[in-house]
Amino acid sequence: METIQKKAEEGITSELALVQAAKKGDLEAFSELVRRYDRNVFRIAQHITHNEEDAQDVVQDAFLKAYQNLEQFQGNSKFYTWLVRIAVNEALMRLRKRRNDRTVSLDEDVETEDGSIPREVADWSPNPEQLYGTSELGDILKKTIQGLSPGFRTVFVLRDVEGLSTEETAEMLNLSVPAVKSRLLRARLQLRERLTRYFKNKKGGDGQQ
Amino acid sequence: MKCTEFLQELTDYLDGKISENLKIELDEHLHWCKECHVVMNTTKKTIEIYRDNELYELPESLRSRLHDAIMTKCRGSKAGKKPTS
Repeated sequence: METIQKKAEEGITSELALVQAAKKGDLEAFSELVRRYDRNVFRIAQHITHNEEDAQDVVQDAFLKAYQNLEQFQGNSKFYTWLVRIAVNEALMRLRKRRNDRTVSLDEDVETEDGSIPREVADWSPNPEQLYGTSELGDILKKTIQGLSPGFRTVFVLRDVEGLSTEETAEMLNLSVPAVKSRLLRARLQLRERLTRYFKNKKGGDGQQ
Repeated sequence: MKCTEFLQELTDYLDGKISENLKIELDEHLHWCKECHVVMNTTKKTIEIYRDNELYELPESLRSRLHDAIMTKCRGSKAGKKPTS
């Protein structure tokens, strides 16, 4: 009967099929959705909270909330988009709690011009990968992105690390497309500015630019 | 074109989302403005370095622990329904 058509559509509809099955209480289907996206949710949560314990809680709570609210998922957007939206909100909530600060939001620091005008104009040569060991480089990258405001680093992570489109990012964060673009530009420029300070200094006083 | 105007378009330029005409203008600016060329180049490297270096990998042991915890919580819940208590 439907089997042939079903098979043909499997590639495209499998995520939706899993969601539909999970809505009916098929835990195995939901378990597959968890496996598909847990790494991404963990990474995003770590970037926002900068705390592994919080990130673990975010992963658990985001998937549980998604499961409990599956009925509300209409299928107009991708399940992943919907899931990340839940995860970002959970992560911001954790960050607020830890900082004991209710003002943490995606709108924080949007007016700042810090780093938006390049001051460090030195090329990176040779590439940082050749200058640093993996773990040392990882520490620099973490430290640098942690210096961005939550709003900036969330946009940067979704767009440039997770590789989502501007439109998807806007939908996930409930921001307009121009707002995402403007935050992305400033996030990229601020990171560039700060990394240049590292990668330039590494060469020390050898006079090279 | 001024450097500030170039910077405004930098994100779309790097994402390849600009019109052919604008691209010609920006390329021309890059051709003579060494500073913008360096900024463009290092911004591109910034994106690449974050994309290529996985900073927060989820270790398999933690992953399976989290997975078990999630599924246990889901089992105690009901799909699509918030707990009433």
